[in-house]
Amino acid sequence: MRIRLKIWRQENEHEPGKMMSYTLEDINPHMSFLEMLDTLNEQLLKDGTRPVEFDHDCREGICGQCGIMINGRAHGPLKNTTTCQLHMRTFTDNEEIIIEPFRASAFPVKCDLKIDRSAFDRVIQSGGFIAVNTGQAPEANSIPIGSPEVEAAFDAAACIGCGACVAVCKNSSAALFTSAKIAHLALLPQGQIEAQTRVRNMVNQMDKEGFGHCSNTEACEVECPQQISVLHIARMNYEYNKAQILKK
Amino acid sequence: MLDAKIPAGPLEEKWNYYKTHAKLVNPANRRKLDVIVVGAGLAGSSIAASLGEMGYNVKCFCFQDTPRRAHSVAAQGGVNACKNYKNDGDSVYRMFYDTIKGGDFRAREGNVYRLAACSASLIDQAVAQGVPFGREYGGYLNNRSFGGVQVSRTFYARGQTGQQLLQGAYQALMRQVGAGNVQLFARHEMLDLVVIEKKARGIIVRNMDTGALERHGAHAVVLATGGFGKIYYLSTLAMGCNGSAIWRAHKRGAFMANPSWTQIHPTSLPQSGEYQSKLTLMSESLRNDGRIWVPVNKDEQREPNQIPEEERDYYLERRYPAFGNLSPRDIASRAAKERIDAGFGIGPLKNAVYLDFSRAIKDQGEDKIRKKYGNLFRMYEKITGVNAYLEPMRISPAAHFSMGGLWVDYELMTTIPGLFALGEANFADHGANRLGANSLLQASIDGYFIAPYTMANYLADEIKAGPIDVRHAAFAAAEENVQQQLHLLMGIQGNLSADHFHKALGKILYDKCGLSRSKDGLEKAISDIVALREEFWQRLYVPGGYAINSELEKAGRVADYLELGELMCYDALTRNESCGAHFRTEYQTPEGEAMRNDQDFSFISAWEWTGAGKSPLLHKEPLHFEFVTPTVRSYK
Ligand SMILES: Cc1cc2nc3c(=O)[nH]c(=O)nc-3n(C[C@H](O)[C@H](O)[C@H](O)COP(=O)(O)OP(=O)(O)OC[C@H]3O[C@@H](n4cnc5c(N)ncnc54)[C@H](O)[C@@H]3O)c2cc1C
Ligand code: SF4
Ligand code: FES
Repeated sequence: MRIRLKIWRQENEHEPGKMMSYTLEDINPHMSFLEMLDTLNEQLLKDGTRPVEFDHDCREGICGQCGIMINGRAHGPLKNTTTCQLHMRTFTDNEEIIIEPFRASAFPVKCDLKIDRSAFDRVIQSGGFIAVNTGQAPEANSIPIGSPEVEAAFDAAACIGCGACVAVCKNSSAALFTSAKIAHLALLPQGQIEAQTRVRNMVNQMDKEGFGHCSNTEACEVECPQQISVLHIARMNYEYNKAQILKK
Repeated sequence: MLDAKIPAGPLEEKWNYYKTHAKLVNPANRRKLDVIVVGAGLAGSSIAASLGEMGYNVKCFCFQDTPRRAHSVAAQGGVNACKNYKNDGDSVYRMFYDTIKGGDFRAREGNVYRLAACSASLIDQAVAQGVPFGREYGGYLNNRSFGGVQVSRTFYARGQTGQQLLQGAYQALMRQVGAGNVQLFARHEMLDLVVIEKKARGIIVRNMDTGALERHGAHAVVLATGGFGKIYYLSTLAMGCNGSAIWRAHKRGAFMANPSWTQIHPTSLPQSGEYQSKLTLMSESLRNDGRIWVPVNKDEQREPNQIPEEERDYYLERRYPAFGNLSPRDIASRAAKERIDAGFGIGPLKNAVYLDFSRAIKDQGEDKIRKKYGNLFRMYEKITGVNAYLEPMRISPAAHFSMGGLWVDYELMTTIPGLFALGEANFADHGANRLGANSLLQASIDGYFIAPYTMANYLADEIKAGPIDVRHAAFAAAEENVQQQLHLLMGIQGNLSADHFHKALGKILYDKCGLSRSKDGLEKAISDIVALREEFWQRLYVPGGYAINSELEKAGRVADYLELGELMCYDALTRNESCGAHFRTEYQTPEGEAMRNDQDFSFISAWEWTGAGKSPLLHKEPLHFEFVTPTVRSYK
């Protein structure tokens, strides 16, 4: 198939970027989207020009490193699919595809489609953990946890930290990402002791990083490749209010 | 002479003996000691967090934009630990025995026993961190049997066990970063090791965003940089997985052990075209209900469902009636390759075999199959667009895990004092074949429970060394070396991409140093690799500049692979036997089964770098079996 591309090109963090057009002939519909970009890059390299920089690593939907806006949708048109798992058969012959980086003030563009998501690490550093040192753990079965509770915690823990939720949010809020970690840990007995300090610190850090506020548009859940539910945001708000009331 | 430093005494007592006799570092002195950890996967994050908690000054490096993306994240199946929760007769000894037998008696007894003995603590640690392992309705941990083992010792968190274990370790690491005990350097790539007076004293890294080279000094350096199976280009590894850190340490004096032992996984999705960049693994659990076959007729044109039963060759059931479709990974992969090479492969490239669920669906009903494997069938459809409830899956073998790696002793220290290697980067505990679900375990145990003791034992003598000065001439020389190589790569200005060479190398290795090897093939591979390497240094083209530049990153990795690949061939060529994943066609029974040679090859091959263009030097570490007797691994 034939594909017409419009891609955001930007030398570095400081210089302005612009959209550039490229055409690829003979794209195999079984190619993954990133393999299509590999093919483009191979062509650019042959022409002696700088290939398009984009983030990726595992290429199987689990590391969370890939992630671009494709025709205005984070990770492209399919539900529950990361960019690396998208295939060209999803597009039609001669279609124009517009490719841009995830945009948010807390995620500066580094080069072309590559962005800086280190703000997420700092949100986790502020409290996204259970404070247990190596060697302190009691026998695992001394903490029984109901299967439904664990499954619910897992649903939240499945987040891959890709940032699609931030990119689609009109406020660039990181509420879905942050609440997923808060919910994962708050749903487990081990995580409850620190629940209040955790939620306060993580919410404060989220604000400090320049992520916007959540206004419940729920676009994040729609674009999240891991089906992380917006109900976690409600839980985060509940935990936060509880922590504020109990703080005295 | 290589000394593994295994403590004497009964198997069960070795590690306890070590721990009670190892030197300790007083908490007040830990602040005076700097440690560098390269890698932030399960092994790297766990050691960096543990050392940070103890009060050492830690710097941790990784090439991804955050530690949470290390390829440990991709492990699906589970992690082994002998808790004997099922009361089905599991014990440390049994786990030890299964592992050493699975490794075809090519691992050290002392190491493997320690792995099994520490396994239970990992589950405790992970649960305390909040890892949501599968539970039974009563609230207790569930586990299952995996990879043909007779007891249930595999713990799992749905099909994302690696992701969840890694998050546990990542969060522990982030906690230490937040507390100021660990400094994190994401998007930093280690490009050289600095050795001063025979001791590892630091590294040279490249900041992948700015292109700047940086010197970092420390009293000990840990390499936890993962596996190098990506050398085959098509593999189940991530695009950035590399052998560069360990290879550059090798060139500074660290020996490489058994580099050619690579596990080729039998159930990955086949390559569909030249453009393909990676092979996705389908969980091995599918073999519990799926039947593997190829058509009896080479030129079969019909769709699989149209081929009648009597015209199908269920070759695993035919050759290995006792284990059938559940035969171990190396055997299943080799049998598939044998059929594919003989011309019976299926699919457009004739490079795959069928994995068929029709009988299981008929016997158990589609609902039951959906319940067991629904997510895998969905994933298969996502990637291939094919509904596997209606027609068989196509699968093929793919490079997956490096049993080989840097040689380490019982303390996980390489042949360079002060340089440790953890996780898949070392050659450690898996012998010639790794058992499923044992490597998440090994990476974690190395980091949480072994290295904290053995590194203290080393660091105790380094307190008097004082701060490491990065203005030392050895740092300048190493930095110069890296700088020069980068200039060289950028300066070639040919017309072929790094990927072009990587693909060509992968093909040579897969054909000649993959599932089966032969003297002639390996000799040919060596000369082909030498020629390819020459072409690389003449015709490579790296566009762009020194700052963010994926092509430059790839070029450096491929340059290392082109040397490492040659060593792998030497390693395979000098081992005149078949064991585990290493199958030499000259050493097989008339029925085509592997022939191990304990008389002459019961040793670990440890290779020394002797300089560019010179043959590597082989050292042998003999294996002693005091507690078990090597037997023939038969799955007939
Ligand atoms: C698809 C797949 C499925 C698997 N499933 C299972 C399973 O079910 N059970 C099981 O037990 N095992 C499984 N394994 C194996 C297991 O996941 C790995 O062996 C293990 O996770 C390796 O951990 P590690 O910490 O050693 O390396 P990794 O997790 O790969 O981490 C390597 C780290 O090193 C860093 N790094 C590498 N090179 C450099 C450099 N030059 N400079 C700076 N940093 C560098 C990387 O950034 C990364 O942080 C699987 C493997 C794969 C590929
Ligand atoms: S919540 Fe979903 S979209 Fe947001 S980072 Fe996690 S996985 Fe990505
Ligand atoms: S590349 Fe890892 S999730 Fe897409």
